[in-house]
Amino acid sequence: MRKMLAAVVSHVFSRASQKKPALRGLLASQNFSNDAPCHIKKCDLYRLEEGPPTTTVLTREEALKYYRAMQVIRRMELKSDQMYKQKFIRGFCHLCDGQEACCVGLEAGINPTDHIITSYRAHGLCYTRGLSVKSILAELTGRKGGCAKGKGGSMHMYGKNFYGGNGIVGAQVPLGAGVAFARKYLGTNEICLALYGDGAANQGQVAEAYNLSALWKLPCVFICENNRYGMGTATERAAASTEYHKRGNFIPGLRVNGMDILCVREATKFAAHYCRSGKGPILMELQTYRYHGHSMSDPGISYRSREEVQNMRSKSDPIMLLRERMINNNLSNVEELKEIDADVKKEVEEAAQFATSDPEPPLEELAYHLFYHSPPFGVRGTNKWITYKSVS
Amino acid sequence: MDEELERDEKVFLLSEEVAQYAGAYKVSRGLWKKYGDKRIIDTPMSEMGFAGIAVGAAMAGLQPICEFMTFNFSMQAIDQVINSAAKTYCMSAGLQPVPIVFRGPNGASAGVAAHHSQCFAAWYWHCPGLKVVSPCNSEDAKGLIKSVICDDNPVVMLENELVYGVAFELPTEAQSKDFLIPFGKAKIERQGTHITVVAHSRPVGHCLLSKEGIECEVINLCTIRPMDIEAIEASVMKTNHLVTVEGGWPQFGVGAEICARIMEGRAFNFLDAPAVLCHWC
Repeated sequence: MRKMLAAVVSHVFSRASQKKPALRGLLASQNFSNDAPCHIKKCDLYRLEEGPPTTTVLTREEALKYYRAMQVIRRMELKSDQMYKQKFIRGFCHLCDGQEACCVGLEAGINPTDHIITSYRAHGLCYTRGLSVKSILAELTGRKGGCAKGKGGSMHMYGKNFYGGNGIVGAQVPLGAGVAFARKYLGTNEICLALYGDGAANQGQVAEAYNLSALWKLPCVFICENNRYGMGTATERAAASTEYHKRGNFIPGLRVNGMDILCVREATKFAAHYCRSGKGPILMELQTYRYHGHSMSDPGISYRSREEVQNMRSKSDPIMLLRERMINNNLSNVEELKEIDADVKKEVEEAAQFATSDPEPPLEELAYHLFYHSPPFGVRGTNKWITYKSVS
Repeated sequence: MDEELERDEKVFLLSEEVAQYAGAYKVSRGLWKKYGDKRIIDTPMSEMGFAGIAVGAAMAGLQPICEFMTFNFSMQAIDQVINSAAKTYCMSAGLQPVPIVFRGPNGASAGVAAHHSQCFAAWYWHCPGLKVVSPCNSEDAKGLIKSVICDDNPVVMLENELVYGVAFELPTEAQSKDFLIPFGKAKIERQGTHITVVAHSRPVGHCLLSKEGIECEVINLCTIRPMDIEAIEASVMKTNHLVTVEGGWPQFGVGAEICARIMEGRAFNFLDAPAVLCHWC
């Protein structure tokens, strides 16, 4: 009898525990708000009568999407750090952890048919523009399954309406203006976001791009990701004026809190609308911060203090800020966010596994993709007896 | 250029003074009046800026012709030509083509001094991912400009200012709208048996002035990258002598490369004497 009762009780409990996740989920969704109004910091304006709104609505669906995306980027960057130290990744590797609100916020403010070009600190934007973590990490490790078949590496990843990833500081800015030029020429309503850092803002070609874009009213949003350091040089040591949102001179500008994804989103929507209305270019300065050094060879503490980095992490972390908003506004709870974290961890681990096991591109393909729409031809190797075949 | 602008809406020309001034050397005369501001665009003095814009436009669906007033000014923008244009298709593993033409006068002119006289053939043809052409007369210019605009890759076309003003006989075939000179094919401007003389651009004209009693076989490279080494080899195997002529400086130049390739190839054993390089100094 006792045994029978024990069996019945354990059977009842096992059925109850199977129902738990669904039950929890049911309870959870019933308890959360669908959306919440959020206050955001007012942007500093330059040559603008009005700016982005100071309140916005964050829906639960958007919040979960942004949270997950930022966590993916964070984890992906930390994984890249680890893989670099394990020597799976070589060459340059510039990480953007700390700047997640910029990439996710920008994407949230534009359409997929709009265009983006950025600098070498590109991994986050690669993800938000649609490249999978797998293809990004495999590109970092130089494997066939990478988004550029292992030939581009960290700084040269391309996707639909995404023009990289550029190695030369500042060169992407006129390129971005050119993309905007082409889309205007072809009669589309698309815009181009051309991103650059506080260091690149001092490049002459950036000023040339400003002039050409304003003259021709190109639908280009110039975005300065001001993370306070151009490599190891603080902004005050590099720029006579650190008001980067005003550096466009005759181009209107916004200074945006780049650690708050909603700020970035609303500012981007505002800027995109401005451009699409035919008024010409606009400039956004995103005040943000990178936790890592300039690249993997830079510990990042010879030109700034550990305390400063720690302070930013504890007070201004973009993921933490969004998490607090979500919990305080009942858009989610700790358990649900932990589930997302676990899922993200799994996704990144699987991608890393792929990136370390996928084969490298074969040597025979070394000279592929030299010319587009071209019949195959032979390319000289390292000496006259070696010829590689090149196909488009 | 007119024919290509007519054929394809995506083709446009931009540079300093190409529109209202009708071109610093009048190459684009009449085009602005015919096609207007949208297709023929005057830019400010911003080589790096407008070359970058041209490359970006090529990446995003257009076929720009980016003129440099002279290739000396292309040094301001050379990063956009090499890093943004030439290398991108390869680095993106075929995802991002860049169909763009960079053209303009190159090399020496008359008394314009050092800043305006450099030949950039050796600089540009060094770079994989670029095609480089160098016309020497009207037939070359017409046939090559159409090939370069139709090509979906970055091409550098090195013209010569002093040749702009020279009238050439244009064969009937070359007058057709469909006349194209393919890349990578050299032309034998004159047959000969005593000596092979290889040149590109304006120096080809100098080579055609021959000394009596010496029959030079004059080869006009037309395309310098990819170079038609087979044509040069075949000629050297016939004449057993080689002279290279170019408008650039001697070190690491076009002539040096031709000699290196001849030395490595099947024609080496046919040389009766070392090859000779002639160049600007």
